[in-house]
Amino acid sequence: MKRLKSLALMLAFTTTLVQIRAQATFPVNDIANPKNGCYAFINAVIVKDAQATLQNATLVIREGKIENAGSNISIPKDAVVVDCKGKYIYPSFIDLFSDYGIATPQRQVSDGFSFVQQITSNTKGAYGWNQSIKSETDGAKIFTGDDAKAKSLREIGFGAVLTHQKDGIARGSGPFVSLATQPDNMVLLKEKAAAFYSFNKGTSAQNYPSSLMGMIALLRQTYLDAQWYKTTPTKEGVNLSLKSWLENQSLPQIFDAGDKWNDIRADKIGDEFGIQYIIKGGGNEYQRIKEIAATKASYILTLNYPLPMDVDDPNDLRMVGLDDLKHWEMAPGNAAAFEKAAVPFCLSAADLTSPADFMPNLRKAIEYGLSAEKALDALTKTPATLLGMYNKIGSLDNGKIANFIITSGPVFEEKTVLLQNWTQGIKYAIKEDGWYDAKGAYKFTASNGKTFSIDLKDAAVASLINKDSLTGKYSFDGKQVKISYTEGKDSAAKETILSGIANGDTWNGTGRDALGNTFTWSATFDHLLKLKTDSAKAKTPVTTGKVFYPFLGMGLEEMPKAENILIKNATVWTSDAAGKLEATDVLIKNGKIAGIGKNLTDASARKIDGTGKHVTAGIIDEHSHIATASVNEGGQSVTSEVRIGDNINPDDINIYRQLSGGVTTSHILHGSANTIGGQTQLIKLRWGANAEDLKFAGADPFIKFALGENVKVARLSQGNTRFPDTRMGVEQVLTDAFQRASDYQKLWKAAEENNKKKAAVPTILRRDLELDALVEIMNKKLFITCHSYVQSEINATMKVAEKFGFPVNTFTHILEGYKVADKMKAHGANASTFSDWWNYKMEVLDAIPFNAYIMQQVGLNVAINSDDAEMARRLNQEAAKSIKYGGMSEEDALKMVTINPAKMLHIDGQTGSLKVGKDADVVLWSDNPLSIYAKAETTIVDGIIYFDRQKDAELHLRNQAEKSRLIQKLASAKKASGAAGDKPGKFQKPTPRFEIMHTCMDHYHSHGLLTIDSEGLEGNN
Amino acid sequence: MKKLLIYTGCMMGLLINLSAQETIYPAPAQKETIVLTNATIHVGNGQVINNGNVIITNGKITEVGTATAVGKIIDCSGKHIYPGLILTSTQLGLVEIPSVRATDDGTEIGEMNPSIRSIVAYNTDSKVINTLRPNGILLASINPDGGLISGSSSVVQLDAWNWEDAAYKTDAAIHFNMPSLLPRPPRTRGAAVPQQAIVDPVKKGLEQIENVKVFFREAKAYQAASTHENINLKMEAVRALFTKKQKLFIHCNIVKEMLLAIDFVKEFGFDVVLVGAVDSWQIADLLKQNNIAVALNQLHSLPTMVDDDVDQPYKTPALLQKAGVLFSINDEDGQTRHRNLPFNAGTACAYGLSKEEALSAITLNAAKILGIDAMTGSVEKGKDANIVVSDGDILDMKSNAISYAFIQGRQVSLDNKQKQLFEKYKYKYGIK
Repeated sequence: MKRLKSLALMLAFTTTLVQIRAQATFPVNDIANPKNGCYAFINAVIVKDAQATLQNATLVIREGKIENAGSNISIPKDAVVVDCKGKYIYPSFIDLFSDYGIATPQRQVSDGFSFVQQITSNTKGAYGWNQSIKSETDGAKIFTGDDAKAKSLREIGFGAVLTHQKDGIARGSGPFVSLATQPDNMVLLKEKAAAFYSFNKGTSAQNYPSSLMGMIALLRQTYLDAQWYKTTPTKEGVNLSLKSWLENQSLPQIFDAGDKWNDIRADKIGDEFGIQYIIKGGGNEYQRIKEIAATKASYILTLNYPLPMDVDDPNDLRMVGLDDLKHWEMAPGNAAAFEKAAVPFCLSAADLTSPADFMPNLRKAIEYGLSAEKALDALTKTPATLLGMYNKIGSLDNGKIANFIITSGPVFEEKTVLLQNWTQGIKYAIKEDGWYDAKGAYKFTASNGKTFSIDLKDAAVASLINKDSLTGKYSFDGKQVKISYTEGKDSAAKETILSGIANGDTWNGTGRDALGNTFTWSATFDHLLKLKTDSAKAKTPVTTGKVFYPFLGMGLEEMPKAENILIKNATVWTSDAAGKLEATDVLIKNGKIAGIGKNLTDASARKIDGTGKHVTAGIIDEHSHIATASVNEGGQSVTSEVRIGDNINPDDINIYRQLSGGVTTSHILHGSANTIGGQTQLIKLRWGANAEDLKFAGADPFIKFALGENVKVARLSQGNTRFPDTRMGVEQVLTDAFQRASDYQKLWKAAEENNKKKAAVPTILRRDLELDALVEIMNKKLFITCHSYVQSEINATMKVAEKFGFPVNTFTHILEGYKVADKMKAHGANASTFSDWWNYKMEVLDAIPFNAYIMQQVGLNVAINSDDAEMARRLNQEAAKSIKYGGMSEEDALKMVTINPAKMLHIDGQTGSLKVGKDADVVLWSDNPLSIYAKAETTIVDGIIYFDRQKDAELHLRNQAEKSRLIQKLASAKKASGAAGDKPGKFQKPTPRFEIMHTCMDHYHSHGLLTIDSEGLEGNN
Repeated sequence: MKKLLIYTGCMMGLLINLSAQETIYPAPAQKETIVLTNATIHVGNGQVINNGNVIITNGKITEVGTATAVGKIIDCSGKHIYPGLILTSTQLGLVEIPSVRATDDGTEIGEMNPSIRSIVAYNTDSKVINTLRPNGILLASINPDGGLISGSSSVVQLDAWNWEDAAYKTDAAIHFNMPSLLPRPPRTRGAAVPQQAIVDPVKKGLEQIENVKVFFREAKAYQAASTHENINLKMEAVRALFTKKQKLFIHCNIVKEMLLAIDFVKEFGFDVVLVGAVDSWQIADLLKQNNIAVALNQLHSLPTMVDDDVDQPYKTPALLQKAGVLFSINDEDGQTRHRNLPFNAGTACAYGLSKEEALSAITLNAAKILGIDAMTGSVEKGKDANIVVSDGDILDMKSNAISYAFIQGRQVSLDNKQKQLFEKYKYKYGIK
């Protein structure tokens, strides 16, 4: 019963300790009350860190620091002794991703539909040009403690947090603060503890950057600008944003990426500039843990899992993706996946709907395989180490800040109660009534002569034993006790009620029996009850379904492998000098085309009977917007610095859908929101591969230009303020860009000359990513594909290019190409067009379906492109329209989607036709590929079958089984939750899953019900 | 007409068609009997007649088979004869250029506009119309858009001087845009922007649908009275619905919307056609049981769900066919402007329909759905001579080559601005 002895002491010391330092500038409006805050916690299980647990040990603290911790240590005389028998003491938790005490500014929300142009920064002062680069934000200067929030964080075990202002792409620095309710001066543990970055513009409504790839480019450029700013360039004057950016570089760099692919994108930026970010993840990293591990970054993980869904309506479920169901099941395993892959991580309470979810969700992570040891590390040592502050905080070692929690048992166990949270040596009671465990056997005597032996058990059950055993209830709040019991049964039942106060070992109180007689009573603790030992089930981690690559319904559990394949006896359309070959075999070996001819044999090859079928080279789509996280950086008229390749999205179902139409290579273009758009990315449709592996290795880089209505923002109903607003202006934007690039190139050449000279003062120039790209164009290292419609603009653009000595490699769309085909031929341009689009906007009034044919007849290299995820599945048939419109030969028509686009993309050496030695990008068709009746049966990329009708059917069966399993699991979860499951925040109604569809704007083609055009969305970002 | 074209061509000599398409005239009424001989006749009802003749007199098909007659003989050996193709739902002639507001007469203000009539705004001089005939499309239904009840659609024939001439069946259907019952995610993004609550569209949609029903209940009561102090134009406009002389076209897509559409059959006894109906394959049997027809707006579309079969939209017609649902295939594509109707049907054929079934979906079935099957939709005796002759399979772009087209027996021009531009630039480059 010694446990109860210190009760009075404890209650006496709950008053807050103020100003424990010896001297301070702040006057005291009271009688001085100096204290040393010396406490000794004895008889505790002290978990110094995840690796060292001391039984029956003592912790001594003084003046907010740990003075001593260990077994057999002497207790200072001036220490207040707290008996912690049966209690556990842990270092309190540290959160690296908090906005505690720093409000997040809110952006003025427009109606969500109209797009307001803001060309320049609205930040007043000597700051940088872009409003979303807020490096100057100094979190310490705007921090002020927030009692309510501190309390809610202490209640879940946190003692210190790294906080920052969640606003901007560069968010400046944030302080590391304790959660003590003390003057702000006392809780700032480190003023500038880390610098923060994100892919979110926050309050900036400045147009640039409007896309993810624009944000990446802006960050890259800012790194370069900061380098240059070190030389204090007079042309820049004072730039406080860059100054702070440079100052912040010495801090730990934390990137709020928030998604598995964004994690990797952020890491790549860091790699370029020699920075290893600490990355705040998005909870879906388990879907690509191999790639995540390869970043070598440390991660901050949150525990906000998707809510389970109601599964009582089949029509609602129809609109839910299998991946959403799988993510619900697998998300709690995210941290465990990190542990398994040995990726360092810490845990954060950020993003939770309620802080109260933290512990239950953490326990869930543990059920899913996270070890308790790792969990503790992730909340203490790892975050402290990442901040470079493990010498001050993060374990219970001598000299460290006295931040610790006292719990009733092992900290992550469900029954364990968090009793107290000591922050900087100050006690905060969390749930003190749990400190005293009333359970046990008591001797009870009452003034009415009744005596019992009372057993107080779990679940508020009291057993009163005399001759018979009576059942009753009790409650105990650490001081007050209530007991009630019933004698007799049914109508004869009589209830007696008791209440009292615990005075140490003995409880004293009064009672009232069923007849209204009052009496007094006493109870004395006798002995502990024998605990029913839980049959210690070794908990096996929860089992879940498998990860699919990509994480979509049609994803694969394992990447398919290259096979040797022999297609026998097919009609082979070579798109090459060999022409169309009847009854011919095609042999694929080691990812290449190994043979085309009659009676080929290969024992190692899988044989496919091609009788009655047709084989072509894989289709190449010169103009596509699939598989990209953003498509338009419309923030400025010239954005050659942005790159689609920075934000390839491998989780796009349209990759698979295009494969079903025989497409093997897609050229992913920037949109047409501005004159000089972004750099493009050529990909091969390797379904399941990550962003880097999708890329067509070694291909020449391209960049998207655009002319006409889109770039002059003709669609903006409230008018355009971004230059240019006419085709005249578009021509000048081009001329100006290349003039600047020429001058820039000269400047660099001169600087290089100078810097070669001995004893010269080195010239340091600003590297400009925008102009770098334009210089590459002029040097024919980067090639243009130019969105264009009317003849005037096509002509004018060629003139600008000729003036600066480079060609326009490709005009894409080019619906009036037929009017200037001779000029394009003379210029050396390729043409990539639509078959029969017209009359959907002013600049396509003269579009004719004979365009491709005329251009081909004039001698241009002509391709048919899609610009459309739906049409891309029928590109062969789109090409076939030139047979109808003009009378092109079938073979020539097919070339417009095979070898011709390969030529204009400079990849005809590798793909685009069936020729021995080329990549085995091959399609097996059910019928003449120019026919409406043709279906791609098998699509092969690099000798690997990525699409096959039979395999597709098998995947659907697998998905049906997997979806059913998950729905049953959800139904069981709902059943198990009982009435609680109907409360808000417990289950969610399934919401349809909409896909963002990227197009070139002004699109009137159906993409299905559940799509949202990216247009408009990006304007708001 | 052909003579006229040749004559025009000769007159222009080397200056091939430099005049604009304003010289493409609607054809005059048929005078001479026309006999199309030795063709493969695709009747439109599933039948194929090999080596047959079609006789056209006074705008009507007077014989189909082996008979011949005195008149203008057109040898169609090796060619195929089809009924003129029909677009079931378009804004042809109402919206000229979708991105230019001034050219958009397709959408009126207001929720309940049953008295709005598309026919009065139908522009016979739309440049799009002339591009449809050369692909075999001779008739189209023109519907207004907007609100809940958008108004009435009329069927037009695509070779006319003005909308009165064009009118083939006026006010054939009333159009009801079922409110979407799909919850949509909030449009705003970014952490700093507070997430907007998702409104329950089902609740809101059900209320709106109830309002439409209330309108029809009131209209029914209104019509029961023989005289009115004040004429209610909106209620007058839907009289024919109750007598089934007019159909109710309900534009909707997902299962719950389509199930709600059944109410309009049950409560009001309307002839209901679902337009769009992308998920109709999921409830094909219910649609059949309730005699609800389907107009599939666009086959060349992506599947609804990420997990759907990649080619689900292509397969939908075969599933409806199997269930016995009356359906048509439409082409509402805003970028190619309806001209790929035969190829949408061709795709359905690649995914399970027979060629003749696919043809029915753009001819006779469409005529049934529009209520014009007594007049057209098939190459059968007594019907209007709305006929196209193609050198090859009309459903396949590589063989679709229309050599003649007749509307009400008039041999219509297959010329258009695009062909003229083709000629102009063939001339420029010396292409033969």
